[in-house]
Amino acid sequence: MIKVEVRLFAYFREGRGKKQVMELEEGTTILEVLEKLSIDKEEAKIVLLNGMDGPLDRELKDDDVLSLFPPVGGG
Amino acid sequence: MHGYMGKILRINLTEGTVKTEPLDLEVGQKYLGSRGFGVKVMMDEVPANVDPLSEENKFIIATGALTGAPVPTSGRYMVITKSPLTGTIAIANSGGHWGPNFKATGHDAIIFEGKSEKPVYIYIEDDKVEIRDASHIWGKKISEVTEILEKEDGKVKVLSIGPAGEKLSPIAAVMNDMDRAAGRGGVGAVMGSKNLKAVVVKGSNKVSLFDEERTKKVSQEKVKILREDPVAGGGLPSYGSAVLVNIINESGVLPVKNFQGSYTDKADLISGETMTEKHLVKKSACYRCPIACGRVVKLADGTVVGGPEYETVWSYGADCDVYDYDAINEANLLCNEYGLDTISAGATIAAAMELYQRGYIKDEDIAEDGLSLNWGDAEAIVGWTKKMGLREGFGDRLAEGSYILAEAYGAPELSMTVKKQELPAYDPRGVQGHGITYAVNNRGGCHIKGYMISPEILGYPEKLDRLSLEGKAAYAKTFHDLTAVIDSIGVCVFSTFGLGLSDYVDMYNAVCGDIYDDETLLEAGERIWNLEKLFNLREGIDSTHDKLPKRLLEEPVVDGPTEGHVHHLDKLLPEYYEVRGWDEKGIPTEETLERLGLEEYKEYLGLAK
Repeated sequence: MIKVEVRLFAYFREGRGKKQVMELEEGTTILEVLEKLSIDKEEAKIVLLNGMDGPLDRELKDDDVLSLFPPVGGG
Repeated sequence: MHGYMGKILRINLTEGTVKTEPLDLEVGQKYLGSRGFGVKVMMDEVPANVDPLSEENKFIIATGALTGAPVPTSGRYMVITKSPLTGTIAIANSGGHWGPNFKATGHDAIIFEGKSEKPVYIYIEDDKVEIRDASHIWGKKISEVTEILEKEDGKVKVLSIGPAGEKLSPIAAVMNDMDRAAGRGGVGAVMGSKNLKAVVVKGSNKVSLFDEERTKKVSQEKVKILREDPVAGGGLPSYGSAVLVNIINESGVLPVKNFQGSYTDKADLISGETMTEKHLVKKSACYRCPIACGRVVKLADGTVVGGPEYETVWSYGADCDVYDYDAINEANLLCNEYGLDTISAGATIAAAMELYQRGYIKDEDIAEDGLSLNWGDAEAIVGWTKKMGLREGFGDRLAEGSYILAEAYGAPELSMTVKKQELPAYDPRGVQGHGITYAVNNRGGCHIKGYMISPEILGYPEKLDRLSLEGKAAYAKTFHDLTAVIDSIGVCVFSTFGLGLSDYVDMYNAVCGDIYDDETLLEAGERIWNLEKLFNLREGIDSTHDKLPKRLLEEPVVDGPTEGHVHHLDKLLPEYYEVRGWDEKGIPTEETLERLGLEEYKEYLGLAK
């Protein structure tokens, strides 16, 4: 098992909180985490794995930090 | 004449005269209006090397062809002058309701010349234009000026400077509708130098439309796109621009402590989510804006005021290591009241804190002010802002901006500026394309005239690798030209969260006539950017000024996800000049000027060696 910190932002926090520490099977992908959280992959416009863009098929490692954002913008 | 009103006001404050001149429609269309029009006037009418705060400088307020037209986000106007902060062209944009109401007086622009002997304000009600005594409002804060003039003149819109502009702070803003700012470049000081306190407008004219039915149809279509866009219709109205705090921080490009750090674990305390949860009273919208990104917040004492933008939350927040929303809201209010640019004001306090940290500023320098320059002192950011607005004590030094301050202490490298203007809220070491915008921006350090954060972090209109250099120069150029178009036609740059080049062509042509297509409209933006560059070259601001603070080029990021990276300007800049059709010294070639219809300005190329 691995431990991954998932940080949620904007309306992704509704019903999910700001942060979840998830215990996952080794080999779990980012997409599978989205599914566990009931977040549509189309809605997850910005997915950061340890601060860098994370491809959805990427397998997570122990202590990874996943930051999930719906579409946001400003300036 | 469609889109344009066809009349320009020329107000000579030395002579006390008001003239109405016809707008040359050909010039109007070629330079689009607003920003493009103002730059052209500055180039044609103002001699080289004037002191920005002298009566030789001109101060232009201009609207675009779409300002006030029934299309979305058409509430914008522009202030154009020579900047007392940077010595470059100053182009400062603002929304709210003043711009469309000014245009409704039947004028496209005002060119202010000279300097009034005594404080005056201008009253414009359609064709009636009066230069009035301003002695009763001189020295007053923005809310006081606005209330007094609204009481005197009824249903008017007020543009004004605060005490900071009167006292010639080169980081002073021009304010309108209480809390909207044409913020950057010290444009408020130019207005102050002319003894011009306010411009009050009340208009009854409508913008003439080339095709009324088509305008209506096009407008409905664009409003629909904006409402359905997840950012323009979702994230921005829900959380305001401060929704960026967390994403920029999670990406490791949120500058902390004057760019000494690039990440903080306290960011959520000052995020858009937290503002919404704890401080937001309601949203606010500019004229004809379906986005409504504006915030109205409650201060600690319950007072309800205009809330801060992302940039302000950063400059007073993470940049000063302050994570106290009440203090940030209060500092933002003081900037609005005294008429200060929130980016430069907050970032200058941050620079002063680093100068203090490193022992340049001594305790005795600030002993009489009763305020600290310690990182994270929430009380201090509020106190210093007030002193900057009034130019009291050490606040007088801070009101000069961070470059003059840091240089006076022998440490100009601690001023995080480009062309002496404070950089905004993104560390370019982690967003390489955005660093190009910082370095080459014609108005000095600025994010908004080519917002590469969109593709590099937010994924608009597509996602680029933020650390890659490949293709970034060409991308930045396109963004620079497109933003020049958006500014110059008179709509809001936030509409790009949904709209693209063809949408602006649709709107312009429906309102003004079938004049532009995608290619030629973008080329008009390129023409405007090049003319601004020529203005700067004429003023001696050549490409040796296209640089970034040493810290960003030589000191790798020390923390967060971008750790270890520097900005690679040396590789990006030559490529940018090349895609611009400029030579290796960053000077436009004759062929480029010919291609853009700027032949008449070839003489300035000779000056720029």
